Amino acid sequence: MPRWVLLPAALGAAFIVLPLAALATRVEWTHFFALISSDSSQAALWLSLRTSAASTVLCVVLGVPMALVLARTSFRGQSFVRSIVLLPLVLPPVVGGIALLYTFGRKGLLGETIDVLGLQIAFSTTAVVIAQTFVALPFMVVSLEGTLRTAGERYEVVAATLGARPTTVLRRVTLPLVLPGLAAGAVLSFARALGEFGATITFAGSLEGVTRTLPLEIYLQRETDPDAAVALSLLLVVVAVLVIGLVRGARSSAP
Amino acid sequence: MSMRIEATVLERDVDVSLEVAAGETVAILGPNGAGKSTVLAAIAGVLRPDSGRATLGDDVLFDLSSAAWRPAHARGVALLAQDPLLFPHLSVVDNVAFGPRSAGRTRSQSRSTAATWLEAVDAADLADRRPSELSGGQAQRIAVARALAAEPRLLMLDEPMAALDITVVPAVRQLLRRVLADRTAVIVTHDVLDALLLADRVVVMEGGRIVEQGPTREVLERPRSAFGASIAGLNLVRGRVDGGAVRTPEGLVVSGLSDEDLAPDATALAVFSPSAVSIFVQRPTGSPRNVIAATVTELEPRGAQVRVRAGAISADVTAPVVAELDLAPGTGVFLAVKASEVAIYGA
Repeated sequence: MPRWVLLPAALGAAFIVLPLAALATRVEWTHFFALISSDSSQAALWLSLRTSAASTVLCVVLGVPMALVLARTSFRGQSFVRSIVLLPLVLPPVVGGIALLYTFGRKGLLGETIDVLGLQIAFSTTAVVIAQTFVALPFMVVSLEGTLRTAGERYEVVAATLGARPTTVLRRVTLPLVLPGLAAGAVLSFARALGEFGATITFAGSLEGVTRTLPLEIYLQRETDPDAAVALSLLLVVVAVLVIGLVRGARSSAP
Repeated sequence: MSMRIEATVLERDVDVSLEVAAGETVAILGPNGAGKSTVLAAIAGVLRPDSGRATLGDDVLFDLSSAAWRPAHARGVALLAQDPLLFPHLSVVDNVAFGPRSAGRTRSQSRSTAATWLEAVDAADLADRRPSELSGGQAQRIAVARALAAEPRLLMLDEPMAALDITVVPAVRQLLRRVLADRTAVIVTHDVLDALLLADRVVVMEGGRIVEQGPTREVLERPRSAFGASIAGLNLVRGRVDGGAVRTPEGLVVSGLSDEDLAPDATALAVFSPSAVSIFVQRPTGSPRNVIAATVTELEPRGAQVRVRAGAISADVTAPVVAELDLAPGTGVFLAVKASEVAIYGA
C-alpha cells in the first residue's frame, strides 16, 4: 500500500467522527436527562422501541424463509428475485412510503380487502411497523443468506443421511449453525427500523404516541426545541454504537 | 441387506452398475475424478442420477423410469466422509445421539444408545467434549460412532482416512475393520491397504466406468486395469503369527510391527512396499533386518525405477543399482527389509 493512501483515509475517518463530535459538543449536559425524559420524548422513544421490536420479529419470520429459499434452492430468475428483495435498500424511503400507501392505504391495492376486515392501517402504529419492516427486511435476508452460503450444505447432508427429516435438519442443524448470522441480521434490522424516517412519515404520518417515532420527534423538535433534538440525537447515536458492538460480537462468535 | 444400483450421471460422465451382497464390504478404488464419490452420492440420495434404479433390500431407493425417489433421510444409508463433519454446536454425545433422536427416540434413550456406541469406538471419555476440542483421529472415531448409532442398513465411507494424520491411521483402520466385519458397506479409497484389510471385494473405476472387479486379493495380485496395476504390487506375505513375525508354510519368516494384539499362530499378513526392499548380491551382515534369499525372476522398468521381482517379492530399485549389481533373471540375491517397514495384520 502506498503511504499517501493514509491521508485520504484519515480525511474519511474525520468526516465520520467530526459530525458526531460536533453533536456531542452541542449537548446541554446539565439538562440532558430532563430533555430526553420529557413526555413527548418518552412517548416517541417507547413507540420506537415497540415498533422496532415488532418489525424485527417480522423480519425474522419473513426473512429467514426468504434467505433459505435464496441460499438453498436455484430456480429461473433467482438473481432477479434477489435484486427485487434488495430494492428497499437502495430505494429512497419516501418512495417506499408512497408505494406502501398505494398498497395498504384506503384507496390502495389491498385497501378494500383491509376495509372489509374492518381494519385501518394507514396512519396507525401498524403502518409504522409495516414501513419499518419494508426497509429493514433486506438487511436480514442479505446477512442470513451470506451466512447460509458460507456455512454450506455439508452438515445438512450428513444430518439427512443420519435420518433427519428436512424440518429436523432446519431446526437442529441449519439454524443453530447460522445463529450468529441470524443474530447479526436481527440487530441490523432493528437498527434500521429504529432509524426509519422517510417511509414512516409518508405512510404513517406523525401522530404523537401513535406514529411519531424518535426520528420524527427529533425532526419536529429541531424547530421548537433544538436542545432536545440534540439530546435525542445523541441517544440514537449511543443506540447505534451498541448495535455495532452487538453485531461484531455475534460475528466473532461464528464457528 | 443387499444393495444394487444402476445409474447414469451425464454431467459427470458416470455410468455404473454395482451390487453389494448382504454383509459384504466392497471397496471402490480409482484415480481422482473417476466418479467414485458420485456413485456414493447417488446411493445416499444426495445426487439425482439422470437415469437408473437402485434398491436396498426390498426397498426401491430410486427408479427414475417411474420417477420414484426416496429422500436421503428415509434411505437408511449413512455416509462417512473424509472430513468427520461433527456438528460443531453439539457435544460429542449429542452428535452420536443425533441419529437415534431423528428416528424419534427420546433424549435419554438416544443418549444411552450414543454412550454404547462411544464405548464401542473407545471414546466414552470424550462424551462431553465439543468437536473443536478433538484431534482429527478422535473426531473420525466419533463420526464412525455417529454413523453406526443411526443403525444404517448400508454404511458408506468416502476416503475415511485420507484427511487423518498418518500416525492415527492404523488405529482408525483397525476400528473400521472391527466395525465393517459383518456389515453391508461400500468404502471409497485410494489406499490399497484399506482395500486389502477392509474389503471382501474390490471394484476399480476409471473415467466413470467400472473397469475391473473381483475378490480383493485377486485384483491386487493380478490387476487387469491400468489403475489396478499402478496401486497393486504391495508385497503380501501370508502365514501364521510367530512372535513379532509372520512365518509362511515354506519357512519364510518376516518380522514387522503391529498395532493389533495378535494371538500366536493366528493367520496374519505381512505387508510392505517394494520401495522398502533393498537388494544385495552378498548376504548383508550385522543388521536386524529381514533377509530373504531369492532368485530374480523378472525386471520391469517403471520410469526412473526398476521393479525387480524375485519369487513372490518385489523390490523397487534405481537403474544404476540394477547395473551395478548386474541383475538379470536367474541372479541369486538377498532381499532385505527393515522390520519397521513391515506392517503385520491379522487376516
